[in-house]
Amino acid sequence: MKDTPLANCERDFLLKAIEEKKRLDGRQTYDYRKMKITFGTDYGCCFVELGKTRVMAQVSCELVAPKESRPNEGIMFFNIELSPMASPTFEQGRQSELSVKLNRQLERCLRNSKCIDTESLCVVSGEKVWQIRVDVHMLNHDGNLMDAASIAAITALCHFRRPDVGIQGDEVTVYSPEERDPIPLSIYHMPISVSFSFFQQGTYLLVDPCEREERVMDGLLMIAMNKHREICSIQSSGGIMLLKEQVMRCSKIASVKVSEITELISKALENDKKARKAGGRCGFAESMPQERITALKMDETPVEMTEVTDRANDIVQKAEAPSQTVPSPVVPVPGVGQVGQGLQNTWGLEEEDEEEENDNSGEDEEVKETKMEVEQHDKEGSKQEDVVEISDSEEEEVVILHPETPDKAPKHTGPSFHQKGAAASKKKQKK
Amino acid sequence: MEVCGSSNVSLREFGCEQSLLSRPDGSASFVQGDTSVLAGVYGPAEVKVSKEIYDRATLEVLIQPKVGLPSVRERSQEQCVRETCEASLLLTLHPRSSLTLVLQVLHDDGSLLSCFLNAACMALMDAGLPMSCLFCGVTCAIDADGQIITDPTAAQEKESRALMTFAIDSKECRVMMSSTKGSFSVHELQQCIAVSQKASEKIFQFYRDSVKRRYSKTL
Repeated sequence: MKDTPLANCERDFLLKAIEEKKRLDGRQTYDYRKMKITFGTDYGCCFVELGKTRVMAQVSCELVAPKESRPNEGIMFFNIELSPMASPTFEQGRQSELSVKLNRQLERCLRNSKCIDTESLCVVSGEKVWQIRVDVHMLNHDGNLMDAASIAAITALCHFRRPDVGIQGDEVTVYSPEERDPIPLSIYHMPISVSFSFFQQGTYLLVDPCEREERVMDGLLMIAMNKHREICSIQSSGGIMLLKEQVMRCSKIASVKVSEITELISKALENDKKARKAGGRCGFAESMPQERITALKMDETPVEMTEVTDRANDIVQKAEAPSQTVPSPVVPVPGVGQVGQGLQNTWGLEEEDEEEENDNSGEDEEVKETKMEVEQHDKEGSKQEDVVEISDSEEEEVVILHPETPDKAPKHTGPSFHQKGAAASKKKQKK
Repeated sequence: MEVCGSSNVSLREFGCEQSLLSRPDGSASFVQGDTSVLAGVYGPAEVKVSKEIYDRATLEVLIQPKVGLPSVRERSQEQCVRETCEASLLLTLHPRSSLTLVLQVLHDDGSLLSCFLNAACMALMDAGLPMSCLFCGVTCAIDADGQIITDPTAAQEKESRALMTFAIDSKECRVMMSSTKGSFSVHELQQCIAVSQKASEKIFQFYRDSVKRRYSKTL
């Protein structure tokens, strides 16, 4: 779907408001929107809400052969899906520029920074390693997808538990979650990306732009950092030219934000751990807000089954018996081809002689020929009747055209075209 | 095979939240036990010329699995959902437009197709698209003993001999769509349909309660 263009007056309004240090939702320049992190029922599933932007991340693992250049290391695979649900402009399957950009940024942020110990993912060197796959789905796009995606991805990785593996000599056993508790991944640090949007050629700066602000911005600076104040990745897009002081200032702001966000993530992980230990149910179902007027929940309800058996019996008895297999329908006569089974023609057109598909695929062509010849003579009389019955034609005189028959030779050549058709269809049946 | 009595046929607890996403025209999340699905609807909107139909709206259903890319299984589920929606939506009111329904799996613990159908119906209601009837999805499983289980969990589905999903309409409780897997007798099929029709009454009551609650503050 094409994006609705931004009106000029809206653009001017936004830019003017930014000049006066005002934002649409009343935030300050360096404020993040309200962030909420919840977890799903199984390990490795995480939902992040950044204002109205919603993102879901799911981590899964699989045993595969390692890359040849690195036989001792596990494989990390990242995939950001811009679901068509998130915005009308996102299309299924098409790799848009934004999708490529986000994927690349997430890869650089998480893989190149070596935040996960990939050597611990090795099971049998050179043969079997764990491949950790992170799928991030965008559910609602209200700006700053990158930050939400990076938070969701790293939180899901911290939440994930992989199956335990036992090695005895040459034998490798993968234990299911019921047999042995799954173990978490070993994560060195948590890189989180912070986005800065620039307006009026770098004069004004906003942290965590919402969707409208993203539309009118000149450029975007993304800094991925961990709480130890190490920059993991930095990217500037949009072609704005930034001064060194501006970049330094942004990195200072980023370090403050990252430490706040890391604390929030740790708290969320702690709460989830406690909830799981206490044995309560956790997941999307539980985190649904009950008090909202748009939400409703109903408890487990039994279904009345009292009349069921009677009703079912009734229906089965009243139902028509399955139709018998259709008896030999329209006469087989050489000269006409037919597609499909030899059922009656229901088109009501002037009846052309139809050739019945020969069910006995083993039969010889010769034999078939003679058989048909015989049948034709037999059923000539009845055929006439058949034809008259079937045809809804209102013609007074129904003339049936026969191919020139009398001797055998034309049967070979004349209708040979159709015979070939029959042979071909016989072959199909044989198959 | 006879189905014994009544007691253990029940629907898991279900819940729904509407209008939870700001971008789509209509959105709903539907939860059945642990199975949860998020649905978003866009429409009526501009349609590509290659896909436009001159006298009705073009409905497109997209199902996104949680892990990996959509495969053939998602395509067949999409077809089931699409045919049900096309039967109940009044598409002729919006010619040359597109309606897009996107379903995202949040967690799969059995009865996924019926959860898709329920979420789809609630999202279409939330978007305010005109429909001739509401629909709901009910899944029945026949286990090895011949017992009918409604709304099975993933573990129950695995152990079952047959698995059936029916889409039931709200006006006359008739079957709009059925998708079955496994072997069963004609009698068992009719019993499952009858059970699904009974179960659908509960779901339709839930729809009514949701909508009543939603609009209770509007005068």
